[in-house]
Amino acid sequence: MTKTSAEKEQLRKIRAGDVRTASRLIRNLEDGLPEAKSSIKHIFPHTGRAHVLGITGSPGAGKSTLVDALIASFRKKEKTVGVLAVDPTSPFTGGAILGDRIRMQRHAEDPGVFIRSLATRGALGGLAKAVGDAVHVMDVMGKEIIMVETVGTGQQEVEIINHSHTVIVVLVPGMGDEIQAIKAGIMEIADIFVINKADRDGTAQLISELTAMLNMVPEFPGGWQPPVIRIGNVFDTGPFGESLEELAAAIGDHHRRLVETGLLGDRMRRKAMVEIHEALRDAILEPILKDLMKSGEMADIAGRLLRKESDPYTLAEEVAHRYLK
Amino acid sequence: MTDRKIRIMVAKPGLDGHDRGARVLARAFRDAGFEVIYTGCHQSPEQIAAAAIQEDIDVVGLSCLSGAHRYLFPRIVELLKEQGADDITVIGGGIIPEQDFPLLYEAGIKAIFTPGAKLDAIVDWIRTNIVPRN
Repeated sequence: MTKTSAEKEQLRKIRAGDVRTASRLIRNLEDGLPEAKSSIKHIFPHTGRAHVLGITGSPGAGKSTLVDALIASFRKKEKTVGVLAVDPTSPFTGGAILGDRIRMQRHAEDPGVFIRSLATRGALGGLAKAVGDAVHVMDVMGKEIIMVETVGTGQQEVEIINHSHTVIVVLVPGMGDEIQAIKAGIMEIADIFVINKADRDGTAQLISELTAMLNMVPEFPGGWQPPVIRIGNVFDTGPFGESLEELAAAIGDHHRRLVETGLLGDRMRRKAMVEIHEALRDAILEPILKDLMKSGEMADIAGRLLRKESDPYTLAEEVAHRYLK
Repeated sequence: MTDRKIRIMVAKPGLDGHDRGARVLARAFRDAGFEVIYTGCHQSPEQIAAAAIQEDIDVVGLSCLSGAHRYLFPRIVELLKEQGADDITVIGGGIIPEQDFPLLYEAGIKAIFTPGAKLDAIVDWIRTNIVPRN
């Protein structure tokens, strides 16, 4: 793979931490420009140093405020930080309001912090399609900690596990009964549970439900039992700061455990699988779809389906047979 | 698949906590299909310029009802220029007396919208004048 001089310059700038170049590349990735894909080929060998945290939880649980506080905590330890904050795209207009940043604006001028908002643009699973590559860009910039904040999630948006090493699930008291805690999905993916707004009623009950759920797990991978950390009122700064440091310590502990037990390799392999899956889809399915649209055949196929002359599976097999010899 | 989207930031510089107008605009831009970054109230020009660059926006809409636009708006244009980001278009609105328009245009503000401006007119201005950059 030979690099053009523009690509060399781009890589040099990103490695030097240039925000403009990095943010533009992320934009080009979001917009699906072919040259952005080519850039990723060049930066990819330089990735793999950052500790990537996923922050997920329901809308209004306090994810952005928590990320803001964690930025401050990591900066005190002189770690550089990247944040990718995802908010939903309107299914009707394609527009989006990206508002996570409001909570983090006090860090805007800190050159050690790079915050970038992304819209989901139709992606399911709580993230945007470009998140995986955007993490790579921030990694190559030298950000030591990268926090990926998902959209406000429900039960099923677990895509974050494919893009982070440590998953923090943020819960708030008063959201449901003990059956919620044993359901599949988001409750299974946490490496660390945070009970946010823990000064509110219902915290004790939530803790006992979580503890009961965790006690039912026969064995945790790498012997890591997800800690349950209570975080109180953000305006009550003393206790808030203390509980936040407890969370920061748990994040550090989890990372050490991942490294010591070799689990980090497993998580990276999981991301690699997802990446190759997506790249194959782009390389194989997208050109076929584009071709079918361009030739007008897609409209014919849809017509045949509507008139019940055929069924989706037969039609797909016909297309596959033709393109994939 | 290429789908170049307009990215716009709505920002309120200075000591001004009246953001109903800014929120209405943010909503209108969302409905126009733009990606809108809203940064909230009480932002310094430095914070706004830094966020604009981090977010790689095409245009920033400044809202100011406090009367400090004569300093704040030009300062943001200046900061963007200093950081090599003068390709980001700066527009503004709020309580802005007409006699200040020449000073603001001179400073590089590309459009000014005052109370009574129609949301459609603002959206149209952006659609006509802003091309997502390459």
